[in-house]
Amino acid sequence: MLPGTRRGRRLDELAESTPTTTAGVSLAASAWRRLRRNPTFLVGAGIIAAFALLALVSPLLAAHDPALRLLEDQVSRADNRIPAPQPGFPLGGDQYGRPLLSRLLIGSQQTLLVALTATVLGLGGGLTLGILAGAFGGWVDTLVMRVVDVLLSVPSLLLAVSIGALFQQQSRFTVIIAVATVQIPVFGRLLRGTMLAQRASDHVLAARALGVPERSVVFRHMLPNALGPVVVQATLMLAVAIIDAAALSFLGLGSADTSTPEWGQMLGSAQDFFDTHPQLAFWPAGCIIVVALGFTLVGESLREALDPKKRR
Amino acid sequence: MALLEVRDLAVRFVRRGEPTVAAVDGVSFDVPAGRTVGLVGESGCGKSVTSLAVMGLLPRDGTEVSGSVVLDGTELLGLSRREWDRRRGSEMSMVFQDPLTSLNPVVPLGIQVSEVMERHRGMSRRVATREAESLLDRVGIPDPRRRLREYSHQLSGGMRQRALIAMALACRPRLLIADEPTTALDVTIQAQILSLLRELVAETGTALVLITHDLGVVAGMCDEVNVLYAGRIVECADRHALFAAPRHPYTAGLLESVPRLDTPRGQRLAPIAGSVEDNIPWSVGCAFSPRCASALPVCSERSPAVETVGPGRLLRCHNPLDTDVGNTESSHD
Ligand SMILES: Nc1ncnc2c1ncn2[C@@H]1O[C@H](COP(=O)(O)OP(=O)(O)OP(=O)(O)O)[C@@H](O)[C@H]1O
Ligand code: SF4
Ligand SMILES: [Mg+2]
Repeated sequence: MLPGTRRGRRLDELAESTPTTTAGVSLAASAWRRLRRNPTFLVGAGIIAAFALLALVSPLLAAHDPALRLLEDQVSRADNRIPAPQPGFPLGGDQYGRPLLSRLLIGSQQTLLVALTATVLGLGGGLTLGILAGAFGGWVDTLVMRVVDVLLSVPSLLLAVSIGALFQQQSRFTVIIAVATVQIPVFGRLLRGTMLAQRASDHVLAARALGVPERSVVFRHMLPNALGPVVVQATLMLAVAIIDAAALSFLGLGSADTSTPEWGQMLGSAQDFFDTHPQLAFWPAGCIIVVALGFTLVGESLREALDPKKRR
Repeated sequence: MALLEVRDLAVRFVRRGEPTVAAVDGVSFDVPAGRTVGLVGESGCGKSVTSLAVMGLLPRDGTEVSGSVVLDGTELLGLSRREWDRRRGSEMSMVFQDPLTSLNPVVPLGIQVSEVMERHRGMSRRVATREAESLLDRVGIPDPRRRLREYSHQLSGGMRQRALIAMALACRPRLLIADEPTTALDVTIQAQILSLLRELVAETGTALVLITHDLGVVAGMCDEVNVLYAGRIVECADRHALFAAPRHPYTAGLLESVPRLDTPRGQRLAPIAGSVEDNIPWSVGCAFSPRCASALPVCSERSPAVETVGPGRLLRCHNPLDTDVGNTESSHD
């Protein structure tokens, strides 16, 4: 057993506390029954659904092209003037005279895209590491987990910033890469824990006793049963991804191209106007918080629903 | 030559920072083709570790296995993992104690059954599925076609164990090891599963190693019995001889702690005094001596060796009970 970092150990505990299925489908069914009656889950799910729907239909809702400086004539750098709310532009314009509400609406698309892509990439990398470590054990495990522990010992935002700063030119793509890199060790360590638990389980031993080959033992008998906690974690990581992406933009490591809006980027470029025009930061920040909250609520209630100790 | 010959099998668990555990300490026994041989003993005496060693299923890290396990003329210890994988499920199979946890909860039963046949008998998925259906039917699972699509939690405990037995026998292995196959089931189901096992083993000519701590099960199933204590075989005998006249004090104690039809009503069953905690190491003397009513001074000074005391009968004891003592009560206190 590796000693690991504090975060690493917490992930291991998580791997142990969340059941890798013992009663399988019935477990999922009873978890779902409890979830349906859990207000926390319903609120979170409502937020996520609204967010996803918004991202889908926002081109229909947005009255204006978010890239056009329609209100440019009302912008004055000299006396720090920014277009106020007016007929046709309920939230006014941004510092370039672009329609704020349309930018917020369309921004949901990019925000969802960044968070989703980063989490999928992080999940992919983490699953690969976790499968390697958990399936083979021995020195592969030790090697992989050393790397993972080093990554986990760096505070996640610091790591994301360092990765983001490695690139010559920042873009939405570099944000995704930076955010995904932070997620890889989290998923990796978690999956390793659940895979190891599976490796010692009765049904894996029973499969081996029937001569089921190693590949099938890993992918058919261990992995599907080890994924539960990872799915829960992925929900939580979507929230983290949204916030990390926003933080990178805020620190000037986001995309420099502002024609397609993204909430984190909108928040970042509102920095200079905090004292004079707080609404420029308020709207994107509010959206980010609400959506991140939605994913967190769903993730936490999923975890609770699957925790055998909380079952009644 | 017997189908399975186990000689001086020893398993030690070596963990850094922990004392070495000699779980199995020089076990030898034979299993002839078509016969049922019992491994009996208290919890922790090494029954499961013995069977896992025979199946090559012990973890490679931290375990030292020595001795010899010969199946059908081939030495198994030291085989490569692929060689083991090829033999397991086809030449030798195992059924475990807890049918609920022994099935994969997220894979439908049909895939788990057909997987074995695809693997070892080279069948296509379709043929294997058809074969799986008839296999489930043969082990007495009603409506097998529907069951193939179901998950383990949808089956009853008895059905799960039937399915596991079906999987273990799918490729007609020459050797089947059943490790407490009925302990997790309720009494009526236990009887059904045992009679199913007996039938199938007779039908296919499979040799069966039956592990149990229940002498009632032994009486109904086994041809020969090996009694294990603290990792060593202390008595080996034909079933009739063992029940009629146990010679080792531990065997006698086990028999007395089982309810029998001829036990007078109201008479208390006599569990063996003390617990395995009291054992002394075999290297010092007889591990059972602190609990043994027949113990002599020599018992805690010199380890008893195995002796042949009759046809097919082995004994490891300095002061065995007399042969003619049919009922062992007189030999105690
Ligand atoms: N992986 C392991 N590491 C260390 N010790 C072990 C391990 N597996 C088993 N042992 C020890 O080996 C001894 C024999 O265990 P085994 O499981 O064979 O007992 P058993 O006879 O099958 O008992 P039961 O009737 O409870 O199943 C026990 O003392 C146990 O603590
Ligand atoms: S060797 Fe001695 S202590 Fe051990 S069982 Fe025989 S009589 Fe009892
Ligand atoms: Mg056991």
